[in-house]
Amino acid sequence: MSQTFILIPGRTSDQGCGISEGKFQPKYQKQIQSLQMSPGDMQRLAVKEGDWVRLTSETGSVEVQLVSAPKDELPDGLLFIAYGDISCRLMSGDTHGSGMPTSKGIDVTLEVLASAIANTSAIANSTAKAD
Amino acid sequence: MSAPAVQSEVIPELKIVQDATCTFCGCVCDDIDLSVKDNHIVEAKRACVLGKAWFLNHTLDDRPSCLIDGRPASLEEGYDRAARILTNGKYPVIYGLSDSPCEAQRVAVSIADWIGGIIDTTTSVCHGPSGMAFQGVGEVTCSLGEVANRGDLIIFWGSNPAESHPRHFTRYSLMPKGMFVPNGRKDRTCVIIDVRKTKSAKAADIFIPIKPRADFEALWTLRALARGIELDAQQVLSDTGVELSVWQDLMARMKAAKFGVFFFGMGLTMTRGKHANTEALLALTRDMNAHTRFVSKPNRGHGNVTGADNVVSWRTGYPFGVNHARGYPRFNPGEYTTTDTLARREADCAMMIACDPMANFSQSAREHLASIPYIALDTKDTPTTRAAAVAFNVATYGINTGGTVYRMDDVPIPLRPAFDSPHPGDFEVLTAIEDRVKKILGINA
Repeated sequence: MSQTFILIPGRTSDQGCGISEGKFQPKYQKQIQSLQMSPGDMQRLAVKEGDWVRLTSETGSVEVQLVSAPKDELPDGLLFIAYGDISCRLMSGDTHGSGMPTSKGIDVTLEVLASAIANTSAIANSTAKAD
Repeated sequence: MSAPAVQSEVIPELKIVQDATCTFCGCVCDDIDLSVKDNHIVEAKRACVLGKAWFLNHTLDDRPSCLIDGRPASLEEGYDRAARILTNGKYPVIYGLSDSPCEAQRVAVSIADWIGGIIDTTTSVCHGPSGMAFQGVGEVTCSLGEVANRGDLIIFWGSNPAESHPRHFTRYSLMPKGMFVPNGRKDRTCVIIDVRKTKSAKAADIFIPIKPRADFEALWTLRALARGIELDAQQVLSDTGVELSVWQDLMARMKAAKFGVFFFGMGLTMTRGKHANTEALLALTRDMNAHTRFVSKPNRGHGNVTGADNVVSWRTGYPFGVNHARGYPRFNPGEYTTTDTLARREADCAMMIACDPMANFSQSAREHLASIPYIALDTKDTPTTRAAAVAFNVATYGINTGGTVYRMDDVPIPLRPAFDSPHPGDFEVLTAIEDRVKKILGINA
């Protein structure tokens, strides 16, 4: 069953360091593929760290791995992911005349995937619909 | 029997570069002491976690300086092919530049002018909406030095400097003991306004968690309170997710402050409302000057994204998204900004400088970029360099090459490189491409 959330992509320290180490290196890749969820939502959905979920926006769909947000950092109903290749697949190409795609506060539906997905296939499995 | 030859150990000389400039983020800290051994920075004193990663991970590599269609090529071949791509295009786009020195940015603008193309920078997907709001409202502003010496109420809105600008608090905004705030942090009140309790919130005196996508409503609530307009408490709570009494308390603090400062981030510019959000914040800042001194500053991300705004502005009159197709510059965000020209499949060639649109643009923009010939300049291997027709592996500014960058408060700062690179810098590559473009177009100037 899918659930509706608001997705906030943003900067993390590890993501920033990962840019300097190299975008194809494990640190950066792990950061941009990890989805933070509030402990309350994790309990409500009966999911645990390491589970894979599919996020779908009106533009695209990606598969990412859950991590628990630090205590009190994220309210229920909000998801956080380090800004990067994966989060940008959920953005629309339409900038509403501003030049800036709506990159934060994206409406998404979340679906818990039944079986674990191989870590390395995450990006390859990410699909996107045409705008 | 002769004594065995003594092999002397060759110890690489340790070079110290004092007051080097870190160009990872917009803080552009210029007090870093680098220890360089054997063309490798082994220590970066005073650098933050992002600065250390920046300095310690930029080492010499043996990748070729130029790849054409993924195969090693000479620089001369690369310059020729790049110039042909740009001059053959009917709708060329030059984009990026936020991690290049001003000297290279200037050449990139010239190339766009010669070929009648678009010059755009990563500002358009960063603080581009703020740039639009500056034109609409104006900017009541100051230097970071004034914040350090005067600021007694520091409000961060949609910005998380603890993770994006780790020395912001200690060097500029919260901790410094200044002329009019002699006790440093004790003389300042810090407020964080955000949709989540970020790591920055831990450093704040007051954290105000607002409803997602309600920044515009929250800012206009404060504008109304600044004017003394009575508001419906239920409406305010419904619109902003925050009690009216909290906003009233904040407004009382803002009016009582001697020198208030808004630092705002992409929580405003990347969210629904975009330039309307930043316009509201800039207008609120202007309103507050009827009561006390108040300023606002965007927290800029990349090391020289502010330089890109400055250089493109003084060359064309506009800060980003500038089209030269008619022989004179025209500015129109949403029409001439790069992600739009790609997503609408308009651009037919491109040059991507120190940026990674193949990882950070929308899927439709990436798909079109992958279908057209483009040139990429970067210090690292990225999704954008891998799909480029011509990829230049360039020296790193501030580590291998000198030049000038602008701090986020528009203060120009010189670079002090640590060691040479076998690769050319952005300036050398762009200058060589410009020379060839001019030859192809028959320009003798």
